[in-house]
Amino acid sequence: MTAPALVDYADVVARYEPTLGLEVHVELSTNTKMFCGCATTFGAEPNTQVCPTCLGLPGSLPVVNRTAVESAIRIGLALNCSIAPWGRFARKNYFYPDMPKNFQTSQYDEPICVDGYMDVTLDDGEVVRVGIERAHMEEDTGKSLHVGGATGRIHGADYSLLDYNRAGVPLIEIVTRMIPGTGERAPEVARAYVTQLRDLIKSLGVSDVRMDQGSMRCDVNLSLSPAGSGVLGTRTETKNVNSLRSVERAVRYEMSRQAGVLDAGGEIVQETRHFEEQSGTTRAGRRKETSEDYRYFPEPDLVPIAPSESWVEELRGTLPEKPWERRARLQAEWGISDEELRDLVNAGAIDLISDTVAAGAPAGEARSWWVAYLAQQANARGVELAELPITPGQVARVIALVAAGDLNNKLARQVVDGVLAGEGEPDEVVESRGLTVVSDDGALIAAVDEALAAQPDVADKIRAGKVQAAGAIVGAVMKATRGQADAKRVRELIIERVGS
Amino acid sequence: MSLTRLTAAELAEKIASREVSAVEAAQAHLDRIAEVDGEVHAFLHVGTEAALANAALVDEQVAAGTALGPLAGVPLALKDVFTTADMPTTCGSKILEGWRPPYDATVTARLRAAGITILGKTNMDEFAMGSSTEHSAYGPTHNPWDLSRIPGGSGGGSAAALAAFEAPLAIGTDTGGSIRQPAAVTGTVGVKPTYGGVSRYGLVACASSLDQGGPCARTVLDAALLHEVIAGHDPLDSTSIDRPVPSVVEAARIGAQGDLSGLRVGVVKELGGEGYQPGVRASFDAALQRLEKLGAEVVEVSCPHFEYAMAAYYLILPSEVSSNLARFDAMRYGLRVDEGASAEEVMAATREAGFGPEVKRRIILGTYALSSGYYDAYYGQAQKVRTLISRDFSAAFAKADVLVSPTAPTTAFPLGEKVDDPLAMYLNDLATIPTNLAGVAGMSVPSGLAEEDGLPVGLQIMAPALGEAVMYRVGAAFEASRTADEGALVAPEVAR
Ligand SMILES: [Zn+2]
Repeated sequence: MTAPALVDYADVVARYEPTLGLEVHVELSTNTKMFCGCATTFGAEPNTQVCPTCLGLPGSLPVVNRTAVESAIRIGLALNCSIAPWGRFARKNYFYPDMPKNFQTSQYDEPICVDGYMDVTLDDGEVVRVGIERAHMEEDTGKSLHVGGATGRIHGADYSLLDYNRAGVPLIEIVTRMIPGTGERAPEVARAYVTQLRDLIKSLGVSDVRMDQGSMRCDVNLSLSPAGSGVLGTRTETKNVNSLRSVERAVRYEMSRQAGVLDAGGEIVQETRHFEEQSGTTRAGRRKETSEDYRYFPEPDLVPIAPSESWVEELRGTLPEKPWERRARLQAEWGISDEELRDLVNAGAIDLISDTVAAGAPAGEARSWWVAYLAQQANARGVELAELPITPGQVARVIALVAAGDLNNKLARQVVDGVLAGEGEPDEVVESRGLTVVSDDGALIAAVDEALAAQPDVADKIRAGKVQAAGAIVGAVMKATRGQADAKRVRELIIERVGS
Repeated sequence: MSLTRLTAAELAEKIASREVSAVEAAQAHLDRIAEVDGEVHAFLHVGTEAALANAALVDEQVAAGTALGPLAGVPLALKDVFTTADMPTTCGSKILEGWRPPYDATVTARLRAAGITILGKTNMDEFAMGSSTEHSAYGPTHNPWDLSRIPGGSGGGSAAALAAFEAPLAIGTDTGGSIRQPAAVTGTVGVKPTYGGVSRYGLVACASSLDQGGPCARTVLDAALLHEVIAGHDPLDSTSIDRPVPSVVEAARIGAQGDLSGLRVGVVKELGGEGYQPGVRASFDAALQRLEKLGAEVVEVSCPHFEYAMAAYYLILPSEVSSNLARFDAMRYGLRVDEGASAEEVMAATREAGFGPEVKRRIILGTYALSSGYYDAYYGQAQKVRTLISRDFSAAFAKADVLVSPTAPTTAFPLGEKVDDPLAMYLNDLATIPTNLAGVAGMSVPSGLAEEDGLPVGLQIMAPALGEAVMYRVGAAFEASRTADEGALVAPEVAR
């Protein structure tokens, strides 16, 4: 049986109305796991961050990580949710080898955060309000590595390896209400929502929200209904959507695929699908013979979570300025265009520039350092801008040294190179590399005289009033002083000396 | 007098005064185990070397004048449901055969810290499900009073070890009566503390919201001494109570003076009618007269919802069991039956081979009760009943300081009699289940022998949450008075 043909996107949106839903899992960056004291460092040797509790050994018991609850409440507050004054964890029962207890400790009908919203701004400035149904706490599972076979999936594998380091890492699952009425902009809305959610959570400092490392994972729910029918279609749930771009592509693909099925007179099967990064398509997961029954019931090993009103208010007081509001403020303060702002956001430079400005640098200089020279360095090293081993404070110091005339731009770049190479603070690099601008007129005058004597024809031209000819002499002086001269002062001295 | 006939309090005193060494005490009990356990089968594992090493350490400390706990050097039998880093932990199940936990339960750690000598691990119904130890995968324990009869369950091994003088102290767990019913049918003392009174960390769960570890002994004072060793808040168990441990030793000493005047003892109308063996009822009536003689006022109280306790219990317990026992899947520890190509097939084959029929029965019951569409009618309703039972207790405790009933409806029945009749087996816990559902405290104290079969009968004393002091006081007063008149209950010498 061949799948029905995909329908052209313009055709889909002409005849169908999509309804979106997004479920985002965020791994909290707490030092320890949700219910035990194990570390949560990403990328550790397999099965080295485990204990009786997160291995689900007989007799072990969970104890709730207070910081994780705090993070959950802060996320909820940032999403304008109500915080439940009392709620229990629940067990979600199903068998899977990477789940040590064969139940996941989660929250079911008593989530900690309910009924919020986020106003999502699209590229053209249109704002879509996305309702947040709930945000709840749960623990992550371990990881299975299927070895052998062609697909890397469990079926056909020779054997599987299990790593429980991730088992028990705190997760927050954020579930939107159904988002109707986005029409042809559905893929864009999905992407904008996830982007903005990522920025929001990052600003709270509670998660790395790295989609590439799995600390933020997105499931896309999508259904189509014939335009104007008002009848909600059957939805599919697409998992494994691991980048912002994939969110957009997955929505778009599902719309075209579902329209194809419906046009061919078929029915959409309510199922879990997997996004294929390579092809940008989705494929059906293994069809389950029986419907999933997780047999939820309240977790008897834990006492209810009952955040007091005063605690919630205290946490509300810790919420930072929303990232998009902050951006708008910085854009105004720095006087940059929408496009320039977007470039800075994409480069991950906003915080760095802002911190550099806070350390005393003028906004223009700060921006120029981060998006030009430092961006090149990051690129060359294959790291994010923020991962460069230089702080905004150090960049601000370099800028200050230039402003004071102690460094010129070329020397400043050498100082930055020194800092990046681990040679210490900017002042230490200046000292150890001997990079101060030569502002001692005596030494400069000698160099200027020497250059004028070496090029008498140029000297004559300058004397005749062709001041632009001085460039050749400046170059010679700079070369002679190995770039350590202040070019402006050199130029002044040249005029002085030809006249004398 | 043989060291094995001493109470824990007496033995501790002799060890502390260096009249007897802890090594001698340990060796005497190890010898006794070697002598009789072939017949009784109270132990699944005996840790001879570790026991003697602990005893030697205690002797050194005594000699050095180190301040030690009141039970230092006293031997103890530990139910095989608590994890021990130096001994296997099987829970009476094939699925955990040979499993050596990498960690000690909090109870285990507290016993060690108190200098108590752990002799070994005792037999039990598989994962604490049963009332006879016949559901142990390693064969039943025999009642020292009559080797052809059951020692109660699930903690039959611990109770039988006490009755057979293999240990003066033991630890049990009580989910629906697993400490108290074995105590009753072996003529020993068993206490189920208030839920949350003793840490469950390292207690392999049967039903998390009902399980409670507790002390077992031959006297009320010994139980009290052990209670104070193991009880108290544990940050590793979120459900453990962060409040001071009731002063049960002091209460037991006061009680032993025999004055209960001013105390009101409530007789629960619903726990004593149909289904109780005549000798059990007679013993209970005599116990009430004795309590009155000690100065207590005996009043009748009604707990109308106890009628539904059994039904609620057999929904809540299997539900939690079905989830708690899901982890036994051959992936990380325990039995592994490598039949089939997929993980699911290995899991299924292992669970099929590793679990006994009673465990499977309860897993199936619980899986069903939690299923979508049935949850409200079963688990949800059962939780409502649980609330009503708690209210019944509250109302009853407003009228009486403690409540009493026979601990079990019958004396020890013959091995094999009820093993194929789950409902008959479940009825053993009729009187003990309500305290587990409400989380209140309960104990069983010997109340004499039944006239018709000469086997031990237990008196159950129940107290409000954290009301253990008054419970121990009543238990000690009753015990002192009864033994003064009738002598301590001593099982006949086990035939060699
Ligand atoms: Zn852990």
